Amino acid sequence: MHHIPLHSVIMMVLILGILIIATIITSLLKIKNRDKDYTELHQRVISWWWMIGLVFSFLILGKNTAIIFFAFLSFLALKEFISIVPIRQVDRNAIFWIYLSIPFQYYWVAAEWYGMFIIFIPVYLFLLVPVRMVLKGETQGFIRSAGILHWAAMLTVFSISHVAYLLVLPEKEMMAGGIGLVLFLLFMTQFNDVSQYVWGKCFGKHKIVPKVSPNKTWQGFIGGVVTITVLAGMIAPYLTPLNRLEGYIAGAIISVSGFWGDVVISSVKRDLHIKDIGNLIPGHGGILDRMDSLIYTAPLLFHYIYYLHY
Amino acid sequence: MLNRLLKLMFILLIVKPIVLIILGLNVRHRQKLPQNGPAIIAANHNSHLDTMVMFSLYPLSKVHKLRPVAAADYFLSNPLLAWFSLNVIGIIPISRTDPSKRETLFSACHQALDQGDILILFPEGTRGEPEQRSHLKKGIYHLTKDREDTAIVPLVTHGLGRALPRGEALLVPFICDIVVGDALPAVSNSDEMLEVLSSQYNQLLDECLTFNKQD
Repeated sequence: MHHIPLHSVIMMVLILGILIIATIITSLLKIKNRDKDYTELHQRVISWWWMIGLVFSFLILGKNTAIIFFAFLSFLALKEFISIVPIRQVDRNAIFWIYLSIPFQYYWVAAEWYGMFIIFIPVYLFLLVPVRMVLKGETQGFIRSAGILHWAAMLTVFSISHVAYLLVLPEKEMMAGGIGLVLFLLFMTQFNDVSQYVWGKCFGKHKIVPKVSPNKTWQGFIGGVVTITVLAGMIAPYLTPLNRLEGYIAGAIISVSGFWGDVVISSVKRDLHIKDIGNLIPGHGGILDRMDSLIYTAPLLFHYIYYLHY
Repeated sequence: MLNRLLKLMFILLIVKPIVLIILGLNVRHRQKLPQNGPAIIAANHNSHLDTMVMFSLYPLSKVHKLRPVAAADYFLSNPLLAWFSLNVIGIIPISRTDPSKRETLFSACHQALDQGDILILFPEGTRGEPEQRSHLKKGIYHLTKDREDTAIVPLVTHGLGRALPRGEALLVPFICDIVVGDALPAVSNSDEMLEVLSSQYNQLLDECLTFNKQD
């Protein structure tokens, strides 16, 4: 155990409070409308307890355990992605190399070697994986596989590792620390998903991308962006080095890019004619179904903060 | 007793970690798995991992009931593998090369079914090319034609032929689909059984998340 900064403790307590309220509301709904089926809603809430419980536990246990936890999330996400996309049997060895990149990438994080962290996958892995494929000698379908494999590494390893790097940035906001940054990113990203959904459910009318995701509407999107922008401006000064105005912009970045991540992963699922990528998390689908927005918000928020304060 | 303990340790310490963490499963219709013998799970065959995955679908209290029916010429080919296959995995060896004595061929299988075991059978007979379905063999019909007590449950796996195909030593993590079907109806001849089984396999394969129709 190590010292958890005060503001981060308060944020964790607030999140657990929201979860308790959500649990009470779903229980009341179930009691009130006995004839309706709330199985999925119920599963969702239980899964939220698990996910938040696990993330908080590993954050509390210390920096390195949290980094290993995010590395494991990358592993699960990569495995999900690589298992559903069309790959060739001869790509097995190249895929093994991408799995091997996970311990390296997270080691650079733990070692706080920023230069290597930021180029390892976009430069070295990008160049080496096709070489491994060439050694196998099968040229039929080479281009498609090279593209798919690099995209997989970027989405599931490179992007997600930015969450872990937030933990090792030098502490600028002493009352919140690195944990504060992670809590800010994760809470804003997930709450953005929820609020875009709720705004869309209540006022949704005009579809944004009907072919990809018929439930996504301009009303939901704008409602979410406004909500998250205001909320981020209020919370950011307590959890991050950002001031209020910078916090508003951070909220807008998270909200807009979270939407992008969501519809990009949705397009992957549409292309493959599947509804969910896995069934690891009851009520939510796979890890990637839950982390789709985070793939976009993590690097974009990271570089926004990095540019302004580091 | 020692063998049963060895099997438990093997499944708890090696099979379950590999199958549940390194691979990961999408299981559909788990409730259709036969809980008590005599029963036969008729699965498609892509990898040595097929059997391991099926072990991990059952609670530890029941794994000793699961008996893979496996080729004697392969699994009894060297003393170490033979000892491991017979005592730890608990296979029922069957001769692929000498089909003349049909009565004695299945005697060990009948014995196991009589004591309420659940047989794991691969009607394709071999792992074959990765993720390619091979022709079904008629042995399963001859084994079960006089056994009305035995339910035959079809089961399809997809993805294991990518994780560990035949002839490869490198295990690469892939999520695997497991889809369990309804027990087969009674049939009158071997061709009919293979037809029913084959069409079941096609339907179950469609439910796999990792199966792309363009593949």
